[in-house]
Amino acid sequence: MSISTFESSAHAGSPPVKAPAQPKPANASLNTSAALAMPRQPGALQTWMQNWLVPALLPLALLFAWDLAVRLTGTMLVPSPREVGMMLWDFAFGGIYDDAFSETLGVHWLQSMSRVYGAFALAAAVGIPLGLVIGKNAAIRRVVDPTLQMLRPVPVTAWLPLSMIFFGVGPNAAIFLVFLGAFFPIVINTTFGVKSVEGRLFEAAAMLGCKGASMFRQVVLPAAMPSIFNGLRLGHGIAWFLIVVGEMTGVPEGLGAAIMDGRMLSRTDVVISGMVVIGFTGFVTDRLLVALNNRLLKWSPQHNV
Amino acid sequence: MSDSIAPRKAAPILDMAGVSKVFPLNGRPIHALKDVDLQIQKGEFVCLIGASGCGKSTLLRIMGGFETVSSGSARMYHAPIVEPGPERGMVFQDYGLFPWLTVRQNIAFGPKQRGLPEANLREIADHFLNMVGLGKFADHFPNQLSGGMKQRVSIARALANDCEVLLMDEPFGALDALTREVLQQELLDIWAKTRLTVIFVTHAVEEAVLLADRVVVMTAGPGRVETDYRVPLERPRCITAPEFNRVRQELTEMLTSHVGHARAAA
Repeated sequence: MSISTFESSAHAGSPPVKAPAQPKPANASLNTSAALAMPRQPGALQTWMQNWLVPALLPLALLFAWDLAVRLTGTMLVPSPREVGMMLWDFAFGGIYDDAFSETLGVHWLQSMSRVYGAFALAAAVGIPLGLVIGKNAAIRRVVDPTLQMLRPVPVTAWLPLSMIFFGVGPNAAIFLVFLGAFFPIVINTTFGVKSVEGRLFEAAAMLGCKGASMFRQVVLPAAMPSIFNGLRLGHGIAWFLIVVGEMTGVPEGLGAAIMDGRMLSRTDVVISGMVVIGFTGFVTDRLLVALNNRLLKWSPQHNV
Repeated sequence: MSDSIAPRKAAPILDMAGVSKVFPLNGRPIHALKDVDLQIQKGEFVCLIGASGCGKSTLLRIMGGFETVSSGSARMYHAPIVEPGPERGMVFQDYGLFPWLTVRQNIAFGPKQRGLPEANLREIADHFLNMVGLGKFADHFPNQLSGGMKQRVSIARALANDCEVLLMDEPFGALDALTREVLQQELLDIWAKTRLTVIFVTHAVEEAVLLADRVVVMTAGPGRVETDYRVPLERPRCITAPEFNRVRQELTEMLTSHVGHARAAA
């Protein structure tokens, strides 16, 4: 069998390949390009700067601008970054103000995380299977889709009174609101992912002897995976976004509840501390989702974030 | 004829009898194929050629089981073709590889459907990987390959599934000329080695003359078989030989005269 690897060197992005032991005359002249395919590797310092320093520049600049603005205006309404930092420390470990908020961050944080991740997991557990079914089955799509599209634009905040009637005052109402917010992007992106599987792949699979349920597992699910992950990331962001509203339902503990309390007491440093913790936690979880995404979708460079 | 492969009167591996295919288009029926008769013997290399819209791809897809006939019958070994199956491997112009599977996993996909054990799958996949010269790329994803390499994977995938008929829908149409030449040669090598039956759709006359035992010329509106032409050339063929050129010219004239007719009719 003739082995001709010259294409790989002609093709940008492919690893260079050594010339076959006895290249055919037609290929011989082309193999010389194998050596120049490799770009220069960036150094460790350059990598560190790109991955850590550059992304940190804008947050640092914003922090600086915030500090400067507070100093210049001399406002008493907005605390400086330093004051928020102290509040965060006291919130977490106490020892500075020793008031009702001291040392309570852990409890608020855990409560909010359990609600957000619980509701998010529930939204994924319902949304992904439902999206798969809606995407695959046109009859079910006709039944369910109009209702979904009608419910989707309704702001989740509008559900607040109803959710308190349904679930009473307490965490369940909050979980319901967060669930609702995360559910729609997950179900809609999953549906889209299933609907947009290339028909060619079904043909190829059928030609190779793949049928029925096996087709779903081996073709539909992996092909829809990029969209499913998109939905999960969007849903996760919305889940954190909604926790403050969710915890307006009269729960005593939670970051949202603490922010509400801080607002009532004009403790803006508490409000901002809560905002910082939510932003940070959401960011870290999103990074985890991205890492999982990049791992599972390493076959698709354009879906690597 | 010196290059005829199968005995004249053997039962055909593929038998199209009076095949018609009608598509509805904006509520009006379009005759993609009308009364097509075509018998293909085991081991033959047949090219279907014709201008776009002549139904050559539709005919190939009927053989593949991707389309059903509107009337007539499409049979393989006397059994009606009703759905795609592993005995008829298809090679698509756009490859149809599973992007989330590695090259090796793509090739092992067919055997995996038959429930073969993992070690066996690996062995089969590696055998065909080496056959198409991609041993070093076993763990790459399709996205990391060039077009020509993808098409090799696609061919290996069909072969790994023990297909008897290789259906190829303009498989090299999207490749650059140099890669195309290499792949044509490799395909002929594989064919010589495996004695597969190959049905190859193309619109390039030179490609058809280089590859085929028989060239089936199709015409459009409605799609039907115009000429069934046996290529009178010994193998291996040389595209610069005078007789090659003569055959190519002959076939080109057949093809262009029909295109002219179709245009006059339209």
